Amino acid sequence: MNRLNELFQRKQKNILNVYCTAGYPRLHDTLPIMRAVQAAGADIIELGMPYSDPLADGPVIQQSSSIALANGMTIAALFDQLKDFRKQVQIPVILMGYMNPVLQFGFEKFCRQAADLPVDGLILPDLPEREFETEYGPILQRYGLNFTFLVTPETSEERVRRLDALSSGFLYAVSSSSTTGSSKNMQHVTAYLERLRSYQLKNPILVGFGIHDKASFNAACEHANGAIIGTAFIKALDNSTDPEGKALEFVNGILK
Amino acid sequence: MINRTIFPAQFKGTFQQPDIFGYYGQFGGAYIPEMLHRNVEELKARYLQIINDASFQQEYQQLLKDYVGRPTPLYFAPRLSKEFNTRIYLKREDLCHTGAHKINNTIGQILLAEKLGKRRIIAETGAGQHGVATATVCALKGLQCIVYMGEKDIERQAPNVARMKMLGATVVPATSGSKTLKDATNEAIRDWINNPSDTHYIIGSVVGPHPYPDMVARFQSVISAEIRRQLKETTGKELPSQVVACVGGGSNAAGAFYHFLEEPAVQLVAVEAAGHGVNSGMSAATTQLGKPGILHGSKSLVMQTADGQVVEPHSISAGLDYPGVGPLHAHLFETGRGRFLSATDDQALEAAFHLAKTEGIIPALETAHALAVLKDLGAGPHDTIVLCLSGRGDKDMATYMKAMETGKF
Repeated sequence: MNRLNELFQRKQKNILNVYCTAGYPRLHDTLPIMRAVQAAGADIIELGMPYSDPLADGPVIQQSSSIALANGMTIAALFDQLKDFRKQVQIPVILMGYMNPVLQFGFEKFCRQAADLPVDGLILPDLPEREFETEYGPILQRYGLNFTFLVTPETSEERVRRLDALSSGFLYAVSSSSTTGSSKNMQHVTAYLERLRSYQLKNPILVGFGIHDKASFNAACEHANGAIIGTAFIKALDNSTDPEGKALEFVNGILK
Repeated sequence: MINRTIFPAQFKGTFQQPDIFGYYGQFGGAYIPEMLHRNVEELKARYLQIINDASFQQEYQQLLKDYVGRPTPLYFAPRLSKEFNTRIYLKREDLCHTGAHKINNTIGQILLAEKLGKRRIIAETGAGQHGVATATVCALKGLQCIVYMGEKDIERQAPNVARMKMLGATVVPATSGSKTLKDATNEAIRDWINNPSDTHYIIGSVVGPHPYPDMVARFQSVISAEIRRQLKETTGKELPSQVVACVGGGSNAAGAFYHFLEEPAVQLVAVEAAGHGVNSGMSAATTQLGKPGILHGSKSLVMQTADGQVVEPHSISAGLDYPGVGPLHAHLFETGRGRFLSATDDQALEAAFHLAKTEGIIPALETAHALAVLKDLGAGPHDTIVLCLSGRGDKDMATYMKAMETGKF
């Protein structure tokens, strides 16, 4: 059993997953930021592997990816940075990215090296469930890596159940509509999360959209096991010469 | 007769229509985030039934005839034929309303969008031809139209931006990444993610997640359906020796090849943009430079770095300036069913000026790439060559004027 499963056995409420882009704002900020996020009390780190065409991400994360790529970040460089990182970071770490760079690296080689680090899971939003089942899922399983599928308010109950069955670790609930957080939106979101809860799924549910501060984090946690903060965190790191300090300050602001 | 000794590879492959998951051999599929699943699934479940419906076909054919101006002529080019010592026919897609083949697809997709009950239309565009064709059919149907276009392309294609605006469309600059077609496509996909219920995305080429490549190919297949009929009428034979078309994403080539895919006697010649030269680092010849990868929702050949980052291509023609190619074409390339050639920026310019002077037709820069390989086809006096003249050159006059200033043309 890896760190992710251990975490959810121990803790079912108020799970905070912080997303950061590897190699942003500077190439070697990855590990210091991970340390700060852990020190401030976050439960999971989702480490973004930058890609030139990140379809499922908004402009802020895309911009951070472009900067990270310009800094020289690659999968190989990231794995190199993460060598021995477990001496410093003990909380669960999942890698988030897109299929193309992983395929070029070699899917099995990627899983083997990721498991050796070790990280605990993987999110690839553009890996379809059919190809997951027929081709890639068995490889992930062989190396003991969790895989998380996304669900949206548009995902049917039947499909939510299917994606939950294929996922391990947790299920990622995103909104497919805008992230403005209007009160009308919040009602929709609440109804959607309560609908997911009523399915009594196998995996814990983490919410990922429009969570940007303590209030929105707490609101999301009322209807799910926890939440993922990405864009707001990347914004907080913006142009900072002290990303470690900014990271600590931001996560403290959510949890304290 | 085709000279089989020069191009033995062409007879290796047999074309296979995509399977139910949208795979042409190893290429295709639908590699999309969950946020797009419902829309793409709805299209996949309904597109064939809608397209094959009699009332849909009636309206589609009527509009192609009365609004687009089809059938387009299949013109025997006497001076060009004499020069290359073969028989060359030009399929005049440049005479379509709006100036290119793009409208064959947008007419089909706007009718489909109506059947799906979508009131808001989005599109991506590079040179602006697909954007204009989309804005046109939206005006025709009174639907809202938003076109994403790279900031760089907006600057270099000002007349088409003005046309889209005059037609009532909103043109949104794509400011991310390289600010060209690839990024405009990313922005359009993001728009669809954010507007899942009321919006239909009209993709302009045979790219994107299944069912788009097959759907766009079917709408463009009117080109080869007419070629077969017109050849029969004029020559008594339905099958040409070769069909030649330029390929960026590959929609006009898909349409020109479609009804010949399963006719091994017909050689299919796809011409890519070599830019400054295939190995110059400034090229868009995807089958020569790309590796299997995933871009914009399908597995195909993609120009990319060793780390799997998509690279920025180069071509003088904005319509061929794309780092991928439709999965159908990747399949034609891999199996050897298609013969893939390329032409440089300069060769394309030369061919454009040459056609203007020999046949009195100013072609689009994209089309000029196909014209540039006529000398390389190895065709003889008994061969029949059909070249898809995909668009007219009005939009490229600024480039042509600049070329004239150099004194080379």
